[in-house]
Amino acid sequence: MSSASTEDDDVPADTTGGPSLPRPIRFISPATLNLHRVYEQNRQRLQKKDGSKVPDPTTPQTKGKPRLLLMGQRRSGKSSISSVVFHKLPPSETLFLESTARIQKDSLNSFMEFQVWDFPGQIDIFDNPNFTFDMDAIFGEIGALIWVIDAQDDYLEAVARLNSTILHLYRSYPHINIEVFIHKVDGLSDDYRLDIQRDVTIRIQDELSDQGVENAPVNFHLTSIYNHSIFEAFSKVIQKLIPRLGQLEAMLTNLCRTCRFEKAYLFDVNTKIYIATDNTPEDMASYEICSDYVDVIIDFTEVYGSWPRSQQWRERLEGEPWSQPLEEQVACEWAESGMVLADARRPIMLREVDRFLALVAIMKEGSYDKMPQINMNVDVVVKGLTEFFEITKPKEVVGPAQGLASP
Amino acid sequence: MGASPAAGSAAGDSGGPAAALAQLKKVKKQKVLLMGKSGSGKSSMRSIIFSNYLARDTRRLGATIDIDLSHVKFLGNLTLNLWDCGGQEAFMENYLSQQRAHVFSNVGVLIYVFDIESRDVERDLATYVNIISALVQYSREAKVFVLIHKMDLIQPMTREDVFDHRAALVRRKTAEAVAIMHKQKPEQLQAQSQLQPPQVAPSTAGGDLSINLQLFATSIWDQSLYKAWASIIHDLVPNLSVIEAQLASLGLAIDADEILLFERTSFLVVSKWTSREGERNPYGDRFERMSNILKSWKHTCSKYTGTPRNAEQFSDFEYKMGATFSMFATKFTTNTYILVCMPPGEARFNSAKLNVAAARPWFRFLDGPVVPAQSAAGGGMSSSQVLGSTPSGYSGEASVGAPEN
Repeated sequence: MSSASTEDDDVPADTTGGPSLPRPIRFISPATLNLHRVYEQNRQRLQKKDGSKVPDPTTPQTKGKPRLLLMGQRRSGKSSISSVVFHKLPPSETLFLESTARIQKDSLNSFMEFQVWDFPGQIDIFDNPNFTFDMDAIFGEIGALIWVIDAQDDYLEAVARLNSTILHLYRSYPHINIEVFIHKVDGLSDDYRLDIQRDVTIRIQDELSDQGVENAPVNFHLTSIYNHSIFEAFSKVIQKLIPRLGQLEAMLTNLCRTCRFEKAYLFDVNTKIYIATDNTPEDMASYEICSDYVDVIIDFTEVYGSWPRSQQWRERLEGEPWSQPLEEQVACEWAESGMVLADARRPIMLREVDRFLALVAIMKEGSYDKMPQINMNVDVVVKGLTEFFEITKPKEVVGPAQGLASP
Repeated sequence: MGASPAAGSAAGDSGGPAAALAQLKKVKKQKVLLMGKSGSGKSSMRSIIFSNYLARDTRRLGATIDIDLSHVKFLGNLTLNLWDCGGQEAFMENYLSQQRAHVFSNVGVLIYVFDIESRDVERDLATYVNIISALVQYSREAKVFVLIHKMDLIQPMTREDVFDHRAALVRRKTAEAVAIMHKQKPEQLQAQSQLQPPQVAPSTAGGDLSINLQLFATSIWDQSLYKAWASIIHDLVPNLSVIEAQLASLGLAIDADEILLFERTSFLVVSKWTSREGERNPYGDRFERMSNILKSWKHTCSKYTGTPRNAEQFSDFEYKMGATFSMFATKFTTNTYILVCMPPGEARFNSAKLNVAAARPWFRFLDGPVVPAQSAAGGGMSSSQVLGSTPSGYSGEASVGAPEN
């Protein structure tokens, strides 16, 4: 499936469109959200606590991009996780991944730009005789530390290392979110999973409170790359990094109420992470079907939408009897889609918000007849979302373009 | 993945529309042998294609004992007699000796599965040669499909080389087996003069020393399985020329870029039509990809709704990708789904949906042997029968711009 995905990155270019094209068929939307502002705040807060330790804001070239650190014992599945979630590697092919020898840094351009650092498991960064790591460079702008524990292995050592890591970090960087992924749970029974989660939680909390650390920001997730749980866990992690998440959620909740949606998600299309949902209870099943629907749409788009049509084709379609440019023959310039499930005729709808985000919703049965009305409501919400990202986008531009932005 | 030689397309289609229409009445039965070493994945692939198993569900399957006979109804007017032959050596010997005539006579298609990870390649090939000999002896006309299976276990970089190497080996062995059979031919023919139809005279048979062989690299974990099975099915479908002609007229009438016709349960591509513009699509593997995508979507739906896997899961799907393209997939006849990919435009889209609905009667023959009155009018649908919601003169214009077929 992923065989051609690399070619998909430069999808929108319609190179043979020729001079008469008023604009490219698909264009890059401006709504790229990055979290510079939040990080600036974090940094300043840190600066108050221990001034000298904070990195000079001008030096790191990666400034402004939140960073996710993947750490854990060797062979716990860190590289597999990042390949599956961020590079769309089919889970079955992670068998062939080599062990990671050095810190693997990936930069991701999505609805927000962030970095994923994959640490080799065999190196203890706090206690390494050969090489001392620059702690500030690593943890200075961190968005979240993800600690991966192999649930099918003996995890006592992993838990001990995690504890010492938390203790190291807690002193200098108390705001780091620590997310523990209890990983590879696909082979385990439900009861056993919960037992492990309970056991790990207790071990960590006991140890931390023994050391006088109370209420450390540690969260636990049960994950596996063979189902949607890894994406859901990442969704939770990423949501914590989103400024004004509450307002996004309120917007979606409102939409669900007015249109009688069962559940609505705002997806990051590239990673299938959802960045917001309405306030009805969490429901893994509806996340799964929505996320698979995004997959279906991505696949169709790749096969039928990623290559340029000929000029001739376009001229014929814009000529008599239509006599209109193609752009004006369509109702919506972004992708829109709907599907009716056979049981109870529940529709699912998808609407692209911009290049990176898509709104996916499951509707209540029988609402297919009201699609036109629903479409209008969705239009309004999509407009609202676009404005939202316009506003939360950082005002100043980092780097050489700064001079342009200031006047 | 692996390039295979283009086998001669369906042989029986040369009779013209009249003969093809006469065929509509017949329900075709085809004997399909599924063979290969024990544990090579025969039953797994059968379950995935015809019983909607998920790839990971196939772990539950046990070994097949002797021959597992199943009748798969495909499109209403084709029944596949699927002989899933257990691959343990004792069974194999039995097929080749006591049951030889029973197993190998009247075979339409032999599907032979090789496990790429097998340790004893020589032995596998020896068994294969025996099977081929038996097949040539009893069913000379049978098509042979060799699936080199479990390719997912090979590193992606080397897959092509490994497959090419193995394919060459299989080809050579097949040619050898056939050649040997031809040398023995005179005695063989005498021995089975009762079994073999008399027209297979040594003089004509000696002309072609090869059998119709196609090789595929497959894995249950990706779309390659659909590619192989779609070509297996393709030649078996009766009235293929009628379906193709009617799809083409429909495609021209609604100005589509591509139309795919899927069988309902297996989601294998039964037939397809592509416009000249659609031919420029760089994704040559898109047909099996569509099968794979829609089938896994079906699984998702069945998981969500809690309905049985084989049940119908979705009825209407539409997708408009801004000013790039639009597409819709919908339930077409009782046994088929249709997927239409077309240029953007709301008016064009809506009229195409109506026209596809209006075209259903022309394809009703797919559901059973009964010939509906409309399709007797011939392969060509006159444009006056197409619903008039397109602007006037539109359909005529479309056919001017399109290639004459």
